[in-house]
Amino acid sequence: MIERSPFFDFVSYAAMILGLFLVLVPFWITFVAGSMSLPEVARVPISMLPSGHLFENIQTAWVRADLGPKMVNSLIVASGVTIGKITLAALSAFSIVFFNYRARMLCFWLIFITLMLPLEVRIVPTYSIAANALLPFQFLLDTLGITWLIETVSGIRVGLEWNLLNSYTGLILPLVATATGTFLYRQFFMTIPDELVEASKMDGSGPLRFFWDVLLPLSRTNMLALATIMFVSSWNQYLWPLLITTDRTNYGTVVMQLKALIPAQNGTPDWNVTMAGALIIMLPPLLVVALMQRWFVRGLISRDK
Amino acid sequence: MERRAYYKNGGLPWLLIAPQLILVLVFFYWPTTQALYWAFTLEQPWGGGNTWVGFANFLGIFRDGQYWAMVGRSAFYAIATTAISMVIALTLAAFVDRSLKGTKLFQSVFVWPYAIAAPAAGVAFRFIFSPDAGLVGAINQIWPGLWNPAINGAHALAMVIVCHAWLGIGYNFIFFLAALQMIPRSLSEAGAMDGARPFRRMMDLQLPLITPTVFFLIIMNLISSFTDSFGLIDVMTEGGPIGSTEVMVYNIYVDGFKGLDYSGAAAQSIVLMLLVIALTFVQFKWVEKRVHYN
Repeated sequence: MIERSPFFDFVSYAAMILGLFLVLVPFWITFVAGSMSLPEVARVPISMLPSGHLFENIQTAWVRADLGPKMVNSLIVASGVTIGKITLAALSAFSIVFFNYRARMLCFWLIFITLMLPLEVRIVPTYSIAANALLPFQFLLDTLGITWLIETVSGIRVGLEWNLLNSYTGLILPLVATATGTFLYRQFFMTIPDELVEASKMDGSGPLRFFWDVLLPLSRTNMLALATIMFVSSWNQYLWPLLITTDRTNYGTVVMQLKALIPAQNGTPDWNVTMAGALIIMLPPLLVVALMQRWFVRGLISRDK
Repeated sequence: MERRAYYKNGGLPWLLIAPQLILVLVFFYWPTTQALYWAFTLEQPWGGGNTWVGFANFLGIFRDGQYWAMVGRSAFYAIATTAISMVIALTLAAFVDRSLKGTKLFQSVFVWPYAIAAPAAGVAFRFIFSPDAGLVGAINQIWPGLWNPAINGAHALAMVIVCHAWLGIGYNFIFFLAALQMIPRSLSEAGAMDGARPFRRMMDLQLPLITPTVFFLIIMNLISSFTDSFGLIDVMTEGGPIGSTEVMVYNIYVDGFKGLDYSGAAAQSIVLMLLVIALTFVQFKWVEKRVHYN
């Protein structure tokens, strides 16, 4: 605070409380409506005080949208993306920052450019690649004449195929294939003083030893930040899972189930069940963000700037 | 800054970067190239591969008046969500930046919308704005038929925009607060000594100093409004009523996966890609050069 100004302090609090309302009202209404019985939720305008039916509504939503297995799927996908991203990003950033090879910058740019185009704008062709992830390699073999060579020599036609539809791999891999984490790690690795590398070299440790014993412990904060960001964004994915899982029963995620919870046009308007469902679906990433706020805020800012 | 201490280990760096490179090639470069290929070709109705059609697919969508209406709608959507979300976030950040007692609590709550899945917020807002339930529907009891996003296109679009703007508050708030806190305390103190009141300092001192962040956020918000709207619209309106909330990403989905018109969808994807690339380019080249206050 720079000057004492009781009036301006009052204005500040008033504005912040207004902001609090603005941000919290959707959460509060979701919670309140989720705790009501059917006649209570049908009242307009809705009462702002919670009622006592939260757990039975959650139970109904849980059964109706089959949330148990879907939660497990969401958890598998979100942790898969998070772990995959943390690992791959650390390895590739390590390679780009600490090794001297010619194509280093080319590799960096190849990865960095992927930040430009979000999955949503290249959704149609990405979907087709998921039907056969080995297509590029087949194409490579075909154009190089290797397929022809093998066919003439052995009589076997090489047909590479790896279908990712309805699989965890398909849900996870395309989300891992972006530059987010690589960039974040690179920024951090650049701040590591050269003396540290020299010292560990002098102590006789090779690059992998240096990576494992020096870099990884130092980048703990970085990892926490990246983990939070990736967990939230992959838990909240909607379009990609919607496309890649035709078998909803086994591979659907919770966020996809939200639509199934909305009351039908002419059905019973049981919004209380919908809202109870929405509440538990939005809870996990919210908890992660609330708990990890200190780390993830720093990571978010250094990632994007 | 060039780094002096490098490792030189022939194959090892390639081994380390290979997994990431392969993923990026398979799931980014290949699909992007594929989109280009589809955009300039047309699949034969009886099989037999694609034939080259030049710009026909593009001309096809550009000649369609509905396409331009949709592009206009997407632009309006993007600008409106960006403006609303940023103004709210900046206001909140400015007050939080005064670090009065108890601000920490406000600060952590203002970040929350960042954590919420767009479709989940969509469900909540759909209920809040429902014409015959929730909160806003109450005005229909006083004035029947005043508010109905299920049949009125403008109402539906407004509803989706409000929800998208709300979702962006957390992200924008984080960046604005960080930028405001980077401003040296002494500057604001000097301003105060010269008799500038808080509001005056905000307009003449803090705002000019955080312009890089403002521009950065404008671009990020525009890109996100153009690309992230699918989940929200699918849950809230499904593009309706009568296409009044159909925006670019949603249309690509409808044409590509419902209409199975891959070439048309690919051409639309290319247009959207170019738009996003142009925005990113502005961010990298123009904004970074234009705005510098170090």
